[in-house]
Amino acid sequence: MSVTLTIRDIEKEIVEEFGLFDTWEEKYEYLIDLGKRLPPLADEFKTEANTVKGCQSTVWLTAGYRDGLVHFQADSNTVITKGLISMLVRVLSGHRPDDIINAPLDFIKEIGMTTHLAQTRSNGLAAMVRQMKNFALAFKVKNEM
Amino acid sequence: MTTLTAPISTDFQVEEIRKQFPILNREIKGRPLVYLDNAATTQKPQAVIDALVNYYTGYNANIHRGIHTLAEEATAAFEATRDTVRAFINAPLREEVIFTSGTTDGINLVAATWGRANINEGDEIIVTGMEHHSNIVPWQLLCLEKKAVLKVIPVNDRGELELDVFETLLTSRTKFVSVVHVSNALGTVNPVKEIVAMAHKAGALTLVDGAQSSVHLHIDVQDLDCDFFALSAHKLYGPTGVGVLYGKKEILEAMPPYRGGGEMIKDVTFELTTYNDLPYKFEAGTPNIADVVAFKAAMDFVQETGKEKIAAYEQELVQYATGKLEALPGLRIVGQGAHKASVISFVIANVHPADIGVLLDNQGIAVRTGNHCAQPLMDQYCIPGTIRASFAMYNTREEVDLMVTALQKAIKMLL
Repeated sequence: MSVTLTIRDIEKEIVEEFGLFDTWEEKYEYLIDLGKRLPPLADEFKTEANTVKGCQSTVWLTAGYRDGLVHFQADSNTVITKGLISMLVRVLSGHRPDDIINAPLDFIKEIGMTTHLAQTRSNGLAAMVRQMKNFALAFKVKNEM
Repeated sequence: MTTLTAPISTDFQVEEIRKQFPILNREIKGRPLVYLDNAATTQKPQAVIDALVNYYTGYNANIHRGIHTLAEEATAAFEATRDTVRAFINAPLREEVIFTSGTTDGINLVAATWGRANINEGDEIIVTGMEHHSNIVPWQLLCLEKKAVLKVIPVNDRGELELDVFETLLTSRTKFVSVVHVSNALGTVNPVKEIVAMAHKAGALTLVDGAQSSVHLHIDVQDLDCDFFALSAHKLYGPTGVGVLYGKKEILEAMPPYRGGGEMIKDVTFELTTYNDLPYKFEAGTPNIADVVAFKAAMDFVQETGKEKIAAYEQELVQYATGKLEALPGLRIVGQGAHKASVISFVIANVHPADIGVLLDNQGIAVRTGNHCAQPLMDQYCIPGTIRASFAMYNTREEVDLMVTALQKAIKMLL
């Protein structure tokens, strides 16, 4: 299976989608909708090891490695965070470890969601990005061994 | 008892008060700021901001040792705050007022000095189930070090302490009782005078965590008869980084020093150091002079406005807000104690507090969501946290209405 869209391509898609919204309400309604539509993670994956804990919301993240590509699954107990992580999964899942590790993820800034990245203690989004890159790095190292 | 429809006291000019707080003119995301996170920290009146600027532009110097004019002026201003604090909490003596960096620092001081010197294996320390982490962890650390036992006064479903259980927790091994005056998570005003008396009867010393209470309630440490009282300036319209630890003189004198350094010593040789008198024994190093100086302006501002008037106004506002919030479907107020200060903590069915917080922020409403550093309490109620609106003298009914409207919108978006 070949990757048809690069990480940057998908980021651009998301930025374009958000460009359709004029108000913060539309933006967040979309995020909330994304959050609700993200399939829940099976309870067996909601382990302590898969937990990225923020002060307020909890994120669960798990990853698999197939044919040189990393696949993520994630969930959260708050719907807005779920919407945000659903975008991260869409952008980063199905790519090579190197591409994930080096992704600058500018789309978060471009859609005006940097405040969520800054609030590391409250929602763990920044910790989640780090964790996704750590998974990619782990698979890369394992692959090269 | 005031009713929900009663007009707010006419002699309290909230619009005049609001003019004293420049930050209230700010807009957040294009909307006027509605600041309802006062239990986290209060905004500062112009008088406090001016005091800080005046200090740095007029008489900044290190205190207590310089012989020049600036040092004398800075020392006088610093010590004047101590006198104001003494009166503010009705401490008998000015040397019983120790400046710290905040409530957390004060509690740690007591745990580390009095605690290390007096707690032994098997001794018991009692806190409550509604403590801020700041009044749990220092005692936990001490108990770990000394193999002592930490006991907890339970909280009932209304958010009140179960004093009859407290009675049974007190034993001959109870050495210390540390209790929060007003819960930051629930707003409950605890009967600390009664708790102190019960603890004393059992031979234990007491500390009252006044981080939340000192801004809303009249504080009289002699009437409470507590052995220690800790507060934070920034929750009292003062600057961040300043706190007060009050302690009874004979206890403070018997305590070993906390941190070593300048200011806290009398004589230093490599063989022996003798310590300075109270309060300087506990104020090692150059203190936070500017913020201590400006803290006086905050207390003066509160006293001039009238603490009782402020309290009455805030009570009316809280009742108004409680009525409005209770009318929202699915909303449940957490903490329904008979005595509450200016905090309303609530949850909404099927909605996570953090999601509400984000959507309120987008509408200019600043509230706190989360566990409020009181995780054991949230665990007891089986909730991940609450949404907390906390009020100060400058909040208005219009702001309550804005919050309720914003909340309705947030709920509609989420459900």
